[in-house]
Amino acid sequence: MRLFAWQRFRAMIGKEARQLRRDRGMVALTLVLPMIQLFLFGYAINMNPRHLPTALVSADHSRYERDIVTALENTKYFDIHLYPTEQAAEEALRRWDVMFIIDIPPNFERDVLHGASPSILIDADGSDPTAIGNATAAVTALGANVLARDLPPDPRLRPAQAAYQTILHARYNPEQITALNIVPALIAVVLTFSTLVSTAMAITREREMGTMENLLVLPIQPAEVLLGKILPYVALGYLQVSLVLSIAVLVFGVPVAGSLTLLLGAIGLFIACNLALGFVISSLARTQRQAMQMAQFVFLPSMLLSGFLFPFRGMPVWAQVIGDVLPITHMLRIARGVLLKGNGWPEIAPDVWPMAAFGLAIGALAVLTYRRTLD
Amino acid sequence: MTAYAIDVEHLSKSFRGKRVIADLSLRVAEGEVCGFLGGNGSGKTTTMRLLCGLLLPDGGRGTCLGIDLLTGADEIRRQVGYMTQRFSLYGDLTVAENLDFVARLHGVRDRSAMIREAVERAGLGGYLHQLAEELSGGWKQRLALAAAVLHKPRLLLLDEPTAGVDAKARREFWDLIHEFASEGMTVLVSTHYMDEAERCARVIYLAGGHLVVQGTAAEVVAQAHITVIEAVGGAVETAAPRLRHQPGIETATVFGRALRVTGSDGATLRAAIAAAGVGAFDWREVEPRLDDVFIHMLNNPPAGISYGEEG
Repeated sequence: MRLFAWQRFRAMIGKEARQLRRDRGMVALTLVLPMIQLFLFGYAINMNPRHLPTALVSADHSRYERDIVTALENTKYFDIHLYPTEQAAEEALRRWDVMFIIDIPPNFERDVLHGASPSILIDADGSDPTAIGNATAAVTALGANVLARDLPPDPRLRPAQAAYQTILHARYNPEQITALNIVPALIAVVLTFSTLVSTAMAITREREMGTMENLLVLPIQPAEVLLGKILPYVALGYLQVSLVLSIAVLVFGVPVAGSLTLLLGAIGLFIACNLALGFVISSLARTQRQAMQMAQFVFLPSMLLSGFLFPFRGMPVWAQVIGDVLPITHMLRIARGVLLKGNGWPEIAPDVWPMAAFGLAIGALAVLTYRRTLD
Repeated sequence: MTAYAIDVEHLSKSFRGKRVIADLSLRVAEGEVCGFLGGNGSGKTTTMRLLCGLLLPDGGRGTCLGIDLLTGADEIRRQVGYMTQRFSLYGDLTVAENLDFVARLHGVRDRSAMIREAVERAGLGGYLHQLAEELSGGWKQRLALAAAVLHKPRLLLLDEPTAGVDAKARREFWDLIHEFASEGMTVLVSTHYMDEAERCARVIYLAGGHLVVQGTAAEVVAQAHITVIEAVGGAVETAAPRLRHQPGIETATVFGRALRVTGSDGATLRAAIAAAGVGAFDWREVEPRLDDVFIHMLNNPPAGISYGEEG
């Protein structure tokens, strides 16, 4: 035997190429996935989000207030909405409706003119340091000349020091530690990987091993198969959550500002959503490898469009719409909200409903796609 | 009136436009052990799957244990035991765990007693806590059989239960089948082994999704109208290929030192042998066997039916 024979080598290449060509899923994965990645990274992801919703609470509707608002809007970083009270704005910040609160103090104009250098308080949502980073820098860069046009023309009447000051306050995460943003979200990410894959494999494995034929001939109903297969994985999911949470709190110093019970409840719903989705995949896939490939198509948007790694507000509307469909997007907000902001039921409810709707729809699809025959 | 455990008419089934079962009508009396024969891809497995509700027929109708095939799939599942061709219990569960799972799904009353009985009959006692995937082929089949009869089904469908199993295990397996039948269970069992076919009260022969012949082994042989002659000698190996191509001879097969030749009648056969000029053999007529008959049928399909490569 020669050590290397051209003929044997060619036979091997030919065989591999033939098998590869017949593996449609693999072809789709290697061709379609990079395309999706390109478009998502190219168009959807924006590390420098602009037009961030901002609440303006003003106790002094003056020209100076208008000057400041105009200047802020001109930076393109802020979309300013008027809020009647401090409380309303505060609530909006917790609900993710706004990312900044700009607080114009009473007697602002008078104090400017008197040279008292009043302070504008800007509260930023520090739970997403990336999103607010450039915007806060823009505020600092505004400087004093914002009011220049409207200050008295006579230099003697102008305030000696800076006309006003801005005090920036990153709420929920004053030191803007990235870990506080990422670690709570990891709960959702870890769960997506583990629960989705395990159920995606569940039925496919039975089919591939040939055990499905026996299971189908036994008197068991689809709902029994579905729930019976899902429940052990729910338990496993909770085990993971407790592990991740413990490490988050003990090692990374993530606060638990809200109710842990509430968070665990929401996680239950999230797990159910993933398992139902996994079940649909496993009904459609013929082999475990196909199931893995299909799961890839869920993972990608889950990582990129959910607000896990990149600011949700920075994405174009179409990407936000896709993101809003995915349960992980809502779970991220709930986890961050409950842990960092101390959100309760009223604040998380807007994120619970979309998850519940997703779970129900996909759950129904799971029951429908479950085939009781081998047809 | 005879009660039929299986009574179906004009069943048909296609996969992606490929017809696997065509106009199949079938009756199996209660309490009978019925052999299901036919080449690979002849539609045996598909028929069994249709009978136990694993597949829905495209056309035709019928009953299984008196339950309508099209509407009573759930009820049929409860009363039929099906042993798949490929081992389909859980390899990563033990023998006992597998049986317990199946018994629970069937809602078997007095579970532990039933499992104990099934284990005892199948002789699985020594393997209870072994993982199913570690069992040898023969024991896997016994486990599958035990699981299929746990709920005391009235009809047992066995899809090539002894494929790849050694002769002793096969014989013991068949002893078990007859034991179940003696208790009133109807058994439809597919096989490629002719000795097993001969242990059946009746055989059904399928080819290309069509039923070709059915009856007792003797009836099937008698119906076929073939003649078989045999000779013993040293030069059978060289004679066989030459006889095979001779008009009037259907098959010429070597069995050890014997040469077996089949054809439609004795006179034609002898004339054909003489014409082939293979030398002097001492030819004598023998009883046709089931396999002679089946091969004859495959070679001479009834009008309008082709036994092409299907399914």
